Amino acid sequence: MRAIRAYLRGPAAMIGLVLLLAVIAMALSADWAYPRDPLSLAGRPLQWPGANPRFLLGTDNSGRDIAAQIFHGARISLLIGLVATGIAILIGIVVGALAGYHGGWVDDVLMRVTEAFQTLPNFLLLLVLVAVFGSDITTVTVAIGVVSWPAPARLTRAEFLSLRSREFVEACRTLGMGDMRIIFREILPNALPPIIVYASVVMAVAILLESALAFLRLSDPNVASWGNLIGLGRDVLRTQWYVSAIPGVAILATVLAVSLVGQGLNDALNPRLRGR
Amino acid sequence: MSALLRLDGLTVALPPGADRPHALEGVTLELHPHEVLCVVGESGSGKSMAASAIMRLLPPGVGIEAGRVVFDGQDLTEADDATMRAIRGAGIAMIFQEPMTALNPLRSIGDQIGEMFRIHTALPGSEIEARVLTLLEEVRIPDPRLAARAYPHQLSGGQRQRAMIAMALALDPKVLIADEPTTALDVTTQAQILALIRDLQHRRGTAVLFITHDFGVVAEIADRVAVMQHGRVVEQGPAVQVLEAPQHPYSQALLAAVPPLGAPPPRPIAEEPILVMEGLRKTYRTGGFLGRGARVTQALRGVSLVLPKGATLGIVGESGSGKSTLARCIVRLIQPDGGAVHLAGIDLLGLKRRAMRQATKRIQMVFQDPFGSLNPRRRVGELVAQGPMVHGMPRRVAMARARELFALVGLDPAATDRFPHEFSGGQRQRIGLARALALEPDVLVADEPVSALDVSVQAQVLRLLAELRARLGLSIVFITHDLRVAAQVCDLVAVMKDGEVVEQGPIGRVFTAPAHPYTQALIASVPGAPAARPGALL
Amino acid sequence: MRVLALAGRRLAASLPTLLIILIGLFLLLQLAPGDTVDALMAQMGGGSAEIAADLRAFYGLDLSVPAQLGNYLWRLVRLDLGFSAIYGKPVATVILERLPATLLLMTASLSFAFFFGLVLGVLAARRVNRWPDTLISTLGLVFYATPSFWFGLMAIVLFAVHLQWLPAGGFEEVEAGLTGFARMLDIASHLVLPTLTLGLIFLAIYLRIMRATMLEVLTLDFVRTARAKGLDETRVITRHVLRNALLPMVTLIGLQAGTMLGGSVVVESVFSLPGLGRLAYEAVVQRDLNTLLGIVFVSAVLVILVNFLVDLAYARLDPRIGAGR
Repeated sequence: MRAIRAYLRGPAAMIGLVLLLAVIAMALSADWAYPRDPLSLAGRPLQWPGANPRFLLGTDNSGRDIAAQIFHGARISLLIGLVATGIAILIGIVVGALAGYHGGWVDDVLMRVTEAFQTLPNFLLLLVLVAVFGSDITTVTVAIGVVSWPAPARLTRAEFLSLRSREFVEACRTLGMGDMRIIFREILPNALPPIIVYASVVMAVAILLESALAFLRLSDPNVASWGNLIGLGRDVLRTQWYVSAIPGVAILATVLAVSLVGQGLNDALNPRLRGR
Repeated sequence: MSALLRLDGLTVALPPGADRPHALEGVTLELHPHEVLCVVGESGSGKSMAASAIMRLLPPGVGIEAGRVVFDGQDLTEADDATMRAIRGAGIAMIFQEPMTALNPLRSIGDQIGEMFRIHTALPGSEIEARVLTLLEEVRIPDPRLAARAYPHQLSGGQRQRAMIAMALALDPKVLIADEPTTALDVTTQAQILALIRDLQHRRGTAVLFITHDFGVVAEIADRVAVMQHGRVVEQGPAVQVLEAPQHPYSQALLAAVPPLGAPPPRPIAEEPILVMEGLRKTYRTGGFLGRGARVTQALRGVSLVLPKGATLGIVGESGSGKSTLARCIVRLIQPDGGAVHLAGIDLLGLKRRAMRQATKRIQMVFQDPFGSLNPRRRVGELVAQGPMVHGMPRRVAMARARELFALVGLDPAATDRFPHEFSGGQRQRIGLARALALEPDVLVADEPVSALDVSVQAQVLRLLAELRARLGLSIVFITHDLRVAAQVCDLVAVMKDGEVVEQGPIGRVFTAPAHPYTQALIASVPGAPAARPGALL
Repeated sequence: MRVLALAGRRLAASLPTLLIILIGLFLLLQLAPGDTVDALMAQMGGGSAEIAADLRAFYGLDLSVPAQLGNYLWRLVRLDLGFSAIYGKPVATVILERLPATLLLMTASLSFAFFFGLVLGVLAARRVNRWPDTLISTLGLVFYATPSFWFGLMAIVLFAVHLQWLPAGGFEEVEAGLTGFARMLDIASHLVLPTLTLGLIFLAIYLRIMRATMLEVLTLDFVRTARAKGLDETRVITRHVLRNALLPMVTLIGLQAGTMLGGSVVVESVFSLPGLGRLAYEAVVQRDLNTLLGIVFVSAVLVILVNFLVDLAYARLDPRIGAGR
């Protein structure tokens, strides 16, 4: 309760929340506002925004409604962001918790693997995964999750390292509790706030990764992704730059919203830093 | 004699939302040349805030509201920034509690001391270097040349504090403010640093404002004493007068809470042992990849001790003596490399993990840190009930039991649904005690259970412990660095140094007629002890 | 010497990491539909099953998976990255041709991001919660949220198409036949927009970290000591805070090296730079798995090298390193 009130006090956090709610509203209302397939031909290609009242944001080079693609794209971006973040955080927590709590050889092995993933440029690994497993939307989402877990794993490990030597954890052990119960019921709730905050960073990066992949036409071509549209607009960049510009603004706003909410959460959950 | 530094009705306001409106309220103090004025008080008394206010280094949001700080005829509360900077270091210098964090880790000691000269004087580099060496010699650091080139992490705690003192005295300041300068140090090191400060103060005639919570230290060093409580000075006067005939009830209570070093008359002790440690060994290996650069620390080198049933065995020693490792080996938080622990005939170290979890019922631990030892996200009742629940007691029964235990340790049973942060340090230690007692153990291992508490709270918790021992027939292993505390509760004592027990026996015998030279040194170092200043406190 | 030995040890410790990467990738590519021979056959316009079998025997693809893995690792030890069927050249040659552009771009972006991140971070921390801080922090957030390829495209529209100040893409004007200093200038002008585009997100990260660390270090005890010594605020910052605050920044370079290489894929594609990143993209599109694997290997080695340099820098900044902390 106190955290929520603290959150609502930050102006930046409020802007972020409003922006995020707007994007969510777009995603939810897409089917109702633009019931037609956003990737179907809607009218004459390359009409500038405002030129035709039917197409508020104009049409792209294949004559598809840009506004419809923006609304439906919000869905794709949020969905991919959420699912990929969920995957990354889940793997990260399990790996980081086990490594941090047990230490020793478990830590050594898990950290070597984490290091291996971090040494590989994540976008390159993403390319490899897409090259091997194809580029339908499920694969892309899972692949983004799989390349994003090392950072949350390291964060979780660091939290566990500092928490496991705390006396309340030792007390649990002297009470005779089992390891799994200590890890997930006693330590994890204490380690969670920074991880939740970090999840916003993972989500922002996931959205950016998907859009970059789609821009390179390596993502699923059959969904209305903002990145796809920017890639498409590149062919007419010199004259009809709005085709690329509009979806870019949408990505920027979404990522900004996620980051601001994350920062607001951070200020609310780590009261020590507030007022600085 | 005119005052060198005078605080005149100094009032410091805390930001809105703090636990009280003022950190200091109308504090009036005088510091004369050639004297050591001790400002003593418990945590939250505002004693450190007074030091910051004099230096005008108050934390953001905290400001001087009224009153004056007169130094050398000048009101510092009205001085501009440039004037203040000229006074800091050169006129009034300061040393702090934790020398490790008070020194910049990335710059050498010599560089940091030399900085004093570089900012306040126009001396050439070679002259500065020479002066730094002279200073380091004066504070009696072994091998000053090496120390000047060293970085803070390469020196011991005592050496670091000596370096801090050298830095503070570099420009011969008129006033030295020492903010708990020995609190983070071991007792023998503390004795040396106190002697050094005393000695330098005599030779240079510096006036020292010495802030401390420890009446032993006060007895050791003070000419005059000011006692602070809740931001006010409640009593001040010559040291002998305040220590021997305190007027204010708060001073009287504080002094009464300081445990005497002499042991109470011995209690009868059973012959039958309940806990036997045999040749416990533990070696730590840190760092080093593939065996290179590895450092080996022998924390325990074959410790053998016996705890008779119903007795309290004190284990005393300085940091690094291995006493905490010993406590954790007994309850198997740490797996020893060798040796044996027998609890009423059961070989604890031979037990499999599952069996050990069962055996934990019989031996429980109380921890040092009242803030770190309770999971901040669980209600305190649940914390106490957790142990029995792990061992199969139904939740409802365990919670009812938790309420009984709360009453037993002197807490309100209705408070079980609150969170740890709603309790004070002393209350949290009681909760920790209740948690350990919930499993009805035979043996309690207490690791510095009162070290983090203020002296008045310390006394209450120790009384409770003695009471429970009698009522429940507990046997206790009591780890502490504080000999006064040990003297109050222990029947037997073992003195540890570098992982070995150097001396053990009934506490009365060990403390009055110590046989080992280290024990003798340890007892002589206790601040305010008879050996140092006859009749001062005891 | 001590520092070098330490960093060398860290370098040796990264060998197992490299091994994990290579084995993991090799096994991953076993899952890929089609192999080098399929790619070759497709290039040749199809062929009989016998030719395919012969080719597989020639490339050692008829062996068991562990034997292939062994062969592959042994070839890597000899720095033989295999043959690119698409480019008709050894993969190592193809990569070496593309490496300079990427290295140049990375160095430029990193320097840009580090320098301005540091300066802006310090400025923001010194004016914390006042308008310069608010402005800088907001800019940081916006930069962080900007997709780099989109920023690149918009920069092209503005600076290359409308204002015509800078070239829209490519590494240099080959037709102009420039040499010496003129050529350097030409390349530099081609790299301005890519550098900004790639560096923007890292600038945002660095400035945020620098601001946060500065504020953190300012609360430490030794800063109070410095003030109690009579130092003025500027000297407190330059002599005591800055060096301590630099430590996390330096660590971050190592952690972000991989991300930056990944980012160059997109940026090089936007600006048609003949670098490693674009090569990776082309390899994926043309299913040239040999080349892709080679690029990943070289990138991993690059990241490890950057981390080696970071270790050296860190050990120079922090005397505690190597003392077993």
